[in-house]
Amino acid sequence: MLRLPKFQVAAPDSVAEAVALLEQHGEDALVIAGGTDLVPNMKHELFTPELVVSLANIRKLRGIKQAEEGGLTIGAMSTLSDVAASEQVRDGAPALAQAASLVAGPQLRQMGTLGGNVMLDTRCQWYNQTYFWRDALGFCLKKDGTLCHVVAGGNKCVAAASNDTAPALMTLAATLVFEGTGGQREIPIHELFLADGIYNKKVRGEILTAVRIPALAPGHRGAYGKLRERGSIDFPLFGVAARLDVAADETVAYASLAAVALQARPVLLKRSAESLLGLRPGTRDFERGVDEAAELAYRQCRPLDNVPGDSDWRHEMVPVYVRRTLLAALEGSGPVHHV
Amino acid sequence: MAARDNHGTDAPWKEGFQVVGRAHPKIDGLAKATGQAIYTDDIQLPGMLHVKMLRSPHPHARIIEIDVHQALELEGVHAVLTGADLPKKYGVIPWTPDENALATEKVRFTGDEVCAIAAIDEDTANAALKLLEVKYEQLHAFLDPFDALERSEPQIHDEIRGKEVRGNVSKNVKLEFGDVEAGLEAADAVVDDNYFFHGTTHTAIEPHCAVAQYSPHGVLTVWSSTQITHYVQRALAHVLEIPEAKIRVIQPCLGGAFGGKSDPFALEFVVAKLAMITGRPVKCLWTREEVFYAHRGRHPMHLHYRTGARKDGRLTAVDAKILIDGGSYSSFGLITTYYSGQLLTGPYDFPAYRFDSTRVFTNKPPCGPKRGHGSVQPRFAFEVQLDQIAEKLGIDPIELRRKNFQGEHTETVNGQRITSNGFLRCLDEVERASSWKERRVKLPRGRGLGVAGSMYISGTNYAVYPNAMPQAGVQLQLDRSGLVTVFTGGNDIGQGSNSVARIIVAEELGLDPEDVRVVAADTDLCPVDLGAYSSRVTFMVGNALIDACRKVRKQIVQAVAEDWGVPTARVWMGLGEVFDLEDRERTLSTREAFHLTEERFDTLGATGSYNTPELGGDYRGGTIGASPAYSFTAHVVEVDVDEETGRITVENCWIAHDCGRALNPMLVAGQMEGSAYMGIAEALLESHDVNRFGLHAGPSLLDYRIPTSVDTPELHALIVESLDPEGPYGAKEAGEGPLHPSVPAISNAVFDACGIRLKQLPFTPGAVLTALRAKTGEPAPVRA
Ligand SMILES: Cc1cc2nc3c(=O)[nH]c(=O)nc-3n(C[C@H](O)[C@H](O)[C@H](O)COP(=O)(O)OP(=O)(O)OC[C@H]3O[C@@H](n4cnc5c(N)ncnc54)[C@H](O)[C@@H]3O)c2cc1C
Ligand code: SF4
Repeated sequence: MLRLPKFQVAAPDSVAEAVALLEQHGEDALVIAGGTDLVPNMKHELFTPELVVSLANIRKLRGIKQAEEGGLTIGAMSTLSDVAASEQVRDGAPALAQAASLVAGPQLRQMGTLGGNVMLDTRCQWYNQTYFWRDALGFCLKKDGTLCHVVAGGNKCVAAASNDTAPALMTLAATLVFEGTGGQREIPIHELFLADGIYNKKVRGEILTAVRIPALAPGHRGAYGKLRERGSIDFPLFGVAARLDVAADETVAYASLAAVALQARPVLLKRSAESLLGLRPGTRDFERGVDEAAELAYRQCRPLDNVPGDSDWRHEMVPVYVRRTLLAALEGSGPVHHV
Repeated sequence: MAARDNHGTDAPWKEGFQVVGRAHPKIDGLAKATGQAIYTDDIQLPGMLHVKMLRSPHPHARIIEIDVHQALELEGVHAVLTGADLPKKYGVIPWTPDENALATEKVRFTGDEVCAIAAIDEDTANAALKLLEVKYEQLHAFLDPFDALERSEPQIHDEIRGKEVRGNVSKNVKLEFGDVEAGLEAADAVVDDNYFFHGTTHTAIEPHCAVAQYSPHGVLTVWSSTQITHYVQRALAHVLEIPEAKIRVIQPCLGGAFGGKSDPFALEFVVAKLAMITGRPVKCLWTREEVFYAHRGRHPMHLHYRTGARKDGRLTAVDAKILIDGGSYSSFGLITTYYSGQLLTGPYDFPAYRFDSTRVFTNKPPCGPKRGHGSVQPRFAFEVQLDQIAEKLGIDPIELRRKNFQGEHTETVNGQRITSNGFLRCLDEVERASSWKERRVKLPRGRGLGVAGSMYISGTNYAVYPNAMPQAGVQLQLDRSGLVTVFTGGNDIGQGSNSVARIIVAEELGLDPEDVRVVAADTDLCPVDLGAYSSRVTFMVGNALIDACRKVRKQIVQAVAEDWGVPTARVWMGLGEVFDLEDRERTLSTREAFHLTEERFDTLGATGSYNTPELGGDYRGGTIGASPAYSFTAHVVEVDVDEETGRITVENCWIAHDCGRALNPMLVAGQMEGSAYMGIAEALLESHDVNRFGLHAGPSLLDYRIPTSVDTPELHALIVESLDPEGPYGAKEAGEGPLHPSVPAISNAVFDACGIRLKQLPFTPGAVLTALRAKTGEPAPVRA
């Protein structure tokens, strides 16, 4: 078995203590939630923190609540299996429940948290490997090296955002509540991510305490589609969340599409989603709109050889999954998954 | 063949079988399920040191210098080994010793072992690894077998056992039987095509592990997760240059092997040497990544076949040319090269056959035996080619296979003796169970059925080191408590051979199976058996057990008969009791019978053995692939092809397998399902490959994709029993044969579903889409 490097663990029971520890130790400290991403990464010596600050004892980070002003507040430490199984989430954020249900496999969802999923490190076939392997390769830009093996001559890391819940949360216009030593702040999820595979988030050293999902429009429809090789365990080769708000007049009043496993950040497929606005499901125009959305997504999404697998096939699957996920959202079915 | 080797197919007692033929749980099932089973890594000895290995970061390089000083100085480090400490070359096949426990002059693949460090714990050993300094001179790395074939410089191996290696050719075998050209001339249809089988590996869930202890009297004990204890003992003696009698090898409970634990491995030599140097017990447990480097998995093969057939479907000739990518060492490669041709000559009869197989060295993890060793790849190519012939001639694929059935008690074109052969019944079974006739043409587009057949050996009469001693030996001890203990060198690797031993002994001596215990795979305690490979254990150890049981049975029956004053024919033993057949009131417990017998004959026990008859064709290599009995299999696979995503889903796999007699149908069905699972996985998901840097593409269970339970189709095991005249009660093998047809059957089903022929493995969705486009002439999408 691979060994973990040595480290200290602190398990404070308040967020205030946790953020104080993070500030005190700076770069030498990391947060651990379920550990399903951090622990393997530490075994691969991608991270070698001296102090690991566990959030396990902070009660208030758990739980899924209906917010007073409508919508949901999901504690960052809620497990993915809880999120996937929650009636409130299935009703109030169907795409999120579906995405959570397809993360990794059942054991990992039992440990892995929603907060950890939002804050997941980017992934790359040249990076998520053991120290020996990376050393034999000569390392890469993201960690310990100077070259990128995905984009020849590239000087920017394009490791892939691979968190399934991120696109779902983006279509739901979720906001994230962070707490640091300076207090709390709330930012929209699409503002969190940066196009830098080395660290793809704007926030550092703060703790994500909750995810807020606004109340849904009455005609909200949402679904998640995930492309992967096996029916369980595997990270996405492509993931897409779809949202359609069907107004009282039965036309699409709002549409949103977001995709993951392409580049360093999850991407909103704005133009693609716009092609559905004002269309009435069940009509030829809507069918054409779906085809157009799929085609525009195909043009916007360019899978790279960052994650393992055949990137040409992944590219070909973009319109297929966009189309299927839109239709699943409309029907109230989903997730779109091959098993 | 001696009388002791042949026991017929009947039950030992008149009333029929009491134990055999019924479902019995595995002897170690509960221990495994409850966590009590002791695996090698569970062994903790006082003062034990832990070993970590430094591996080559280059695919091909010369070692210029190794500096171990800093590592040795680290506190907690007890010893550092380099190749110079273990200079003797070894190899599982005595003709091709080309491995060193640790590299001596060169490294031949990324991951090749270079140094080993023993320290007080794993972390200290790991820390010390980073202090080792090795200077390399990098050499051209051969990652492509065609490159290795064409280019002879730099050679990966210069000489093996004093013989110069030709370029990078590891082995070439050319054999021809009958007149192939004339056969092809006479054919009405000839199919000429190329196929490719990619590399795959075993992925046993237990990683390799070894523990060694060296006693003050110079006795070396090695516990190892091996599937061949006897060869490990021999290899240790050879490399360490100590007598075999000073070495004890024990295989604890094993977490799967599938052929991947057949070779002697670096870790066994290293822990032994380090135990001898330090005087402390030493353990080495490989990481999953290291297991991928140890590999010995399925050889990638580039296969070219030409097959001719007459209008009526009868085959006239088969011509094969195969390039085998061997990876960096020989391993079992000599045999692989023979097997790639020798094992194709059933269940079909063809009058002329030629094969020309070449194995080359490349700078990749060494290939070796994986379930269905050497024959899964050619079987794939040939069974797809048979389907192409059926298509060309307009014959139903099952019918075509029936027409060419070789029959029972016959000889193959390459001189192998075929005894029992239930292949026709296998075809009948899968045809019936899949509703082939009713459904095949009527399935909607995207759904299809495909068939394939195969044959495999039940052990071989080629022992890797030539000798005339028995291939399997067993010993029985009958205790006054009524317990019978079996001592067998056979390795239970999860396939259930100890459970088979138990039921055979229970059957022969009329015992409750619970009163039979099995001590296996301990070279100090057990007579030699050649180990768990080529599906030989049930057949050979089974026969040896019957041999031993009959010796003691004779004594027991005689003692009881004398005591009762009745003829021996009236004594009957079954399920723990001994009866007088003519006076049912008269009974004894088996325990009491043992007492009577011990009084009459002294301490009870017996040995038993098995050896194969003289087999094989009368030509060089003719004994390789010669088996005392062959198993036969047919599969029908039902697939669903999503023509938009290219994804193939196997909906059903019907597996009909002729295993001779099913001694324990539950275990046979388990082997059949497990085999089909593995074959389907190789076809659709798994790929053991190195990338452009010569690095393993993803040495982890995340990136090397074996199917999960949700990826596993419905598997229907249909047992066919042909009763082999020489197998124990007629049994043959069930562990490897049932893998073969799954791969070609999928390709053939995809053809039925949507008209494309998949000839290159693995059948990825991308490849399916490409083939679909090629068929319709639609251009590939351009990346805008
Ligand atoms: C075999 C395998 C398969 C997987 N497959 C998938 C998959 O298909 N899809 C997918 O999305 N993920 C997958 N994962 C990754 C992982 O299991 C999930 O993303 C999970 O949600 C991570 O949550 P966690 O609580 O375990 O995070 P951790 O490992 O504890 O943390 C992950 C990262 O987030 C940071 N972090 C965690 N919580 C907080 C917080 N509250 N505030 C600030 N920072 C925080 C940590 O410092 C760390 O950098 C897989 C993992 C494995 C091992
Ligand atoms: S994209 Fe991959 S190879 Fe390139 S720098 Fe990032 S992690 Fe390294």
